[in-house]
Amino acid sequence: MAASQLHVALAGNPNCGKTTLFNLITGQNGYVGNWPGVTVEKKEATLTRDKSVRITDLPGIYSLSPYSPEERVSRDYLMSGEPDVVIQVIDATNLERNLYLALQVVETGLPVVAALNMADLVEKSGDKIDTAALSKSLGCPVVMISALRNTGVDELIAEAKRAAATKGNVPRHTFDSAIEDVLSKIETLLPSSVSAEKRLYYAVKLFERDEDAARLINLTKDNAAKVEQLIAQCEADCDDDAESIITGERYAVIAHMIDGCLKRAPERMSTSEKIDRIVTNRILGLPIFILVMWAVYAIATGANAFGTAGTDWVNDNLFGEGFELFGQTFPSIPGAIEGWLVAAGASDLVQSLVLDGIVAGVGAVLGFIPQMFVLFVLLSFLEDCGYMARVAFVMDRVFRRFGLSGKSFIPMLVSTGCGVPGVLATKTIENEKDRRMTVMTTTFIPCGAKLPIIALLMGAMVGDAEAAWISPLFYFLGVIAVIASGIMLKKTKLFAGRPTPFVMELPSYHFPSIRSWWLHVWERVSAYIKKAFTIIFASTIVVWFLTNFGVYEGAFGFLPAMEGIPEEFTDYSVLAMVGGAIAFIFAPLGFDTWQATAMSITGLVAKENVVATASSLLHIADGTETDPNLWAAFAGMFPTMGAIAAFGAFNLLCAPCFAAMGTIRAQMNSGKWTAIAIGYECAFAWVVGLMINQFYLLATGVFSVWTVVAIAFAAAIVFQLVRPMPKWAWEDDKVSTSAAAGAVA
Amino acid sequence: MKTLGDVAVGDSSTIIKLHGTGALRRHLMDLGLIKGTQFKVVKVAPLGDPIQITVRGYELSIRKEEAAIVEVQ
Repeated sequence: MAASQLHVALAGNPNCGKTTLFNLITGQNGYVGNWPGVTVEKKEATLTRDKSVRITDLPGIYSLSPYSPEERVSRDYLMSGEPDVVIQVIDATNLERNLYLALQVVETGLPVVAALNMADLVEKSGDKIDTAALSKSLGCPVVMISALRNTGVDELIAEAKRAAATKGNVPRHTFDSAIEDVLSKIETLLPSSVSAEKRLYYAVKLFERDEDAARLINLTKDNAAKVEQLIAQCEADCDDDAESIITGERYAVIAHMIDGCLKRAPERMSTSEKIDRIVTNRILGLPIFILVMWAVYAIATGANAFGTAGTDWVNDNLFGEGFELFGQTFPSIPGAIEGWLVAAGASDLVQSLVLDGIVAGVGAVLGFIPQMFVLFVLLSFLEDCGYMARVAFVMDRVFRRFGLSGKSFIPMLVSTGCGVPGVLATKTIENEKDRRMTVMTTTFIPCGAKLPIIALLMGAMVGDAEAAWISPLFYFLGVIAVIASGIMLKKTKLFAGRPTPFVMELPSYHFPSIRSWWLHVWERVSAYIKKAFTIIFASTIVVWFLTNFGVYEGAFGFLPAMEGIPEEFTDYSVLAMVGGAIAFIFAPLGFDTWQATAMSITGLVAKENVVATASSLLHIADGTETDPNLWAAFAGMFPTMGAIAAFGAFNLLCAPCFAAMGTIRAQMNSGKWTAIAIGYECAFAWVVGLMINQFYLLATGVFSVWTVVAIAFAAAIVFQLVRPMPKWAWEDDKVSTSAAAGAVA
Repeated sequence: MKTLGDVAVGDSSTIIKLHGTGALRRHLMDLGLIKGTQFKVVKVAPLGDPIQITVRGYELSIRKEEAAIVEVQ
């Protein structure tokens, strides 16, 4: 990186408007990744107006303690020497708690500029903040801004540039004299390698018995003992532990600061409180939640709703018959492309690749966009306005029972649209284990692309693809899979540990800025579109190759162009060979035909492919999930009803499509965990399929070795579900138990 | 010992001490739940847990199980 670049770190509490500010000043042209080794989001971008200024958005945190990965990466980055200046974003409507982090950031010795965000809301409430007084007591420049209304931001940037030039920053706040005395004594014991401006920070960290800091400073044995003695003496004097002493001192300093700078308007009940009285009401809370969710899905995916209308239009017109607009007739996209290809004299091979492969495959994906767009507009609004935090509050009791928290609910809701943004939505779950567990289980929830599979299955099984009770049944299966997996996995060593605390701030309701709302929706829709044009684009070509190439009468080649080949050439395709080779895996599940296996393979690529593959393999021209001919042909592949159900269960529960697997890989930030997630999903799906098929057979009087295997699996699952939490599962994370034991070794 | 979880909805109280060790305790302290802090229990979630409290001018949701480490008056 160029030496002339100015590195600015954005720090602040969750919900302080940091991301809104980041988006505003960078135009969100940034790079989003993970911090090395951990799955904490890292956002970097240059300032829109000045490319030499590089902004790093730190995760939203409450403190610089060593307990959460977010807090660790934040303080590691701050102390790394890279940032030239820190913009400390403070929610001005909640000064007290926000200043707690600000004090710690000031103590790092870095140049800091405090941005008092939400100036407009403070003004509205009638409170008055004396920024000059706050600046004096905090020891750094303070600028009033509103990231939402774009006021004060230019001044903030100018101030940050000025502060960066100063190098170093002297905290003005002082603790109680007895504590200051101990801290200065610890400072003198620090090795001379610690630079002057960082000495206070490390003295405080050593006083808190912070293990990470102790390891970094690496005091001599003698000095470490002296520090421990100082701390112990102070603890005895104050009759409290060191962490509590420092926290208490900080809040005392803050109380003093606020007395000097904030004039509160007389209190009145805020709109937020009024809304909450009803929305999270003990009696009305759940019915309101159900009503809201029902409304979201009615609008997005209901039969006569916006989203569905858009999707139908795309499927029927854009990728179907063509359409009329302003009195002119336009051909459909496949029609237009076919016209061009014919005019350009393209060979059958190229035409087949483009039309049957790429256009059909990508088109199947793009058709979901209108529905998904509407769904994400609504869900993102609920999230940004603060309602989803209340949903987590209302639902926590339910989710905790199977080892997740209320926060896991949002990714699962998003996954009903598409698993890709669903998996992405897990990033709001702070705890790593909870996040991994949610990533692993969230794609069990049927996504939009699985609905046609469900319709086909039901058509084949009961002769009705659109009965109203059908899809709830499969959502129910998905939810059961999530719950059972949660309970079982929680009792394995992978996820052992106390339930994650659910201590969560319930932010005030606010109407989100159109800009950040739109960015949120776009982030999700674009994740989907990007996958459509990359992974799904590539995979449709692969599927096209697998179905159109093969061996006929000893020669390998493009099957439709071969001499004397029957109309139904897929029987000779590569897909048929591969399907036939691995079909034995599914024999215990009741479907060992190569066609059923091939459908599962194309389903792994993209679930959108399954119905189309069925129609092509079963030689039902243009068969859709609502076509009784396809139902009959499909049902004909399976020996029993149980096998159809097993096929359905396997395909709905097994690893999601390539796109979602890629997203899981990105979100897990670990090859090992990706393998665990996908391996678990496939194994779980196979076992469920096995049990369905074998128990169906057993009910009809068929008994085999596989029956025994299925019973053994069922017993193992029941055991894992009902056995009490193993003892070791309650062992706390190392970091928490050892922290109390004292950091100075 | 009376804990935060024992305070009735609508009542206010003051924190005496945070028990336990480790991450949860520190997190609560960082959120401003320390000795001498006043708070008010605003409501209980529809399914009986977690509870919502007002502390230092903001709203916090906490499970009863976690509230049990907070000793109150």
